[in-house]
Amino acid sequence: MITDIWWASGTFWRKTAIWVTAGSFVVLVFLTLDSMSQITAGTKRVPAYSAINHRIEYRFDEKRHVQAPVIGAEEPLFGRKLTEQEAEALVGKGKLTMQAKNCMSCHTLLGNGAYYAPDLTKAWLDPFWGSREVREELMVEFIKDPSDKVHNSLGRRMPKLGVTDEEAHAIVAFLKWMSSIDTNGFPYNFKPLDQGN
Amino acid sequence: MTALGTIDSTNLNGGQKLAVKYFSVAAILFGAQIAFGLLAGLQYLIPDFLYGVLDFSINRMVHINAMVVWMLFGFIGSVYWLLEDESGIPVVGLKLGNLVFWIFTLAVAVVVAVYLLVQVGPGEQSTIWLITEGREYIEAPRWADIGIVVCLLVFFFNAAATFSKGKWTGIGGVLVLDLIALFGIYMAGMFYTTNISVDQYWWWWVIHLWVEATWEVLVGGLMAYGLMTVLGARRKIVETWLYIEVALMFGSGILGLGHHYFWIGTPEYWLTIGGFFSALEPVPLVAMVVHAVFDSGVKHMRSINHPAMGWLIAHAFGNFFGAGVWGFMHTLPQINLFTHGTQWSASHGHLAFFGAYATINIAFFYIALQKWRGNVWMSGGLIGGWKWKWSMVLLNLGMVGMTMGLLVAGYEQSQIERAIEGSSWAGYFAAQSHPWFQQGMFWRMIFGGMFAAGYALLILDLVTIGRRETRPALRPSAGG
Repeated sequence: MITDIWWASGTFWRKTAIWVTAGSFVVLVFLTLDSMSQITAGTKRVPAYSAINHRIEYRFDEKRHVQAPVIGAEEPLFGRKLTEQEAEALVGKGKLTMQAKNCMSCHTLLGNGAYYAPDLTKAWLDPFWGSREVREELMVEFIKDPSDKVHNSLGRRMPKLGVTDEEAHAIVAFLKWMSSIDTNGFPYNFKPLDQGN
Repeated sequence: MTALGTIDSTNLNGGQKLAVKYFSVAAILFGAQIAFGLLAGLQYLIPDFLYGVLDFSINRMVHINAMVVWMLFGFIGSVYWLLEDESGIPVVGLKLGNLVFWIFTLAVAVVVAVYLLVQVGPGEQSTIWLITEGREYIEAPRWADIGIVVCLLVFFFNAAATFSKGKWTGIGGVLVLDLIALFGIYMAGMFYTTNISVDQYWWWWVIHLWVEATWEVLVGGLMAYGLMTVLGARRKIVETWLYIEVALMFGSGILGLGHHYFWIGTPEYWLTIGGFFSALEPVPLVAMVVHAVFDSGVKHMRSINHPAMGWLIAHAFGNFFGAGVWGFMHTLPQINLFTHGTQWSASHGHLAFFGAYATINIAFFYIALQKWRGNVWMSGGLIGGWKWKWSMVLLNLGMVGMTMGLLVAGYEQSQIERAIEGSSWAGYFAAQSHPWFQQGMFWRMIFGGMFAAGYALLILDLVTIGRRETRPALRPSAGG
């Protein structure tokens, strides 16, 4: 009978299943610990929230052969330089509002979510906003009431979600901060807004 | 024992009586999933449809949440279904299990009502706790999260205590260990953080480790029981296969989690680890196909329940193609860089969830109906047998059609939005308005309608199959 051979026996495979599962899980735990240390806010890959006090760029990295965010000269959001705590509170409020309005059920963030509306990973840097000078104000106004603004030729529009002025400012802060995360070159070949010199 | 062909709960054991309650709610939620999917699909073609009333975000959220919950209800029902058969004793703590069923169902109804009527809230923690958490798939507010964990704990207790008091089988052992992961992993998604990278890291623990590991192993156990019940396959064979599948599934799936860590801020080593292990993820699914087809061949397709057997085979192939092939096609980072966040994922998601999970739940619905009607004949020459066959054709063809429509749209998006236009918003809309994309969405809608028709016929069949049937069920052949 074939099941008498060791490699076809239930006992052998039961033990294998247990060891493989336990082994994989242990490896995952170690990788998770390492990843957490590398993606805490304030690290090279995931910058501190005060990055919103600076210009964020997305430049081609010759060594890695992908685009990567670069934190440039001081360029405070809404013209107001924030402390680390203030910046964290503002970005946090923005993230919370994005969850409360369920943005992810139409948009993608870091490529995850739904596909009915554009990806927001580089929303801050998108050429849609025209120029650096008008971007912040346009973003705030758009988020507060997008229903009467120009979107696209499809007729697909974002609904008015009851976002307050304070929440809209916070969302912009979150989007600016998110654009500073090193995403290994995603989105690829992205052409950011011309932010001048 | 009442007359053959009549629905009568005295035909069922305690666990099975509870199981058919779960199955009933699951079948209704399946309908809700389809209805809201159709609404969301239609909004791609007619953007002003229900704008400001039931926006895409709401329809899409209910669509995917109904899916998660109906599948979960199907799994829970299936485990209660086999619990007494496997353990040899009545379910321990069945009253508590029954109570939890009503609480769980009521909670689901409240969550959906809030989704539809309240929709969104202010940017406060109270919204996260009471209205929605706003994170894809696990949008349920925090109070419901806690409820889900409590319900799953009671479910785990029922299963573990029953097997402990009765006898452990291989299937029982695998299922109980898997249930620990089922509620344990869910808790990884129950906290708020400002850091989106950390947020998505743990969010994927829930989504991936549920769907691509824990759920897969769970249906592996259900498949083993299904093959024994429907074909009379030998326990020693199916359990050995089950262990092989668990080893391969967890061996590839746990670290395969890395394919979600390519672009969320996580370190570059995930490109290698995620790419490698997720590329292996189809291997256990091949094993499952081989196993199911081999067993059917050995038994010369002599099943006691043709509809269930048909859906078990559909599960084996659907899982392989939907989860395996469609997942593999865009899992390597070199390709995923262009396909991530496009309709590619939707194409894969549709075929995988249906192929891997909807199918096996439907198989269990049929297994349950057969016994509920007094172990009635469900092999060849069934009265009204056209219904299960046609609903199966319509559901499968409808799903394949939707998958293909979405795939064409996804290819077009990867090419035009990503590769050519450089992923800007203008590029996104250039791709969305392209005729190829629009045609893909149009055909998705057509096949969505076909799928809905298949669902209607499925429900009609489930309600009527075996009625007026006087022949007792075929006895499965022994051995093999």
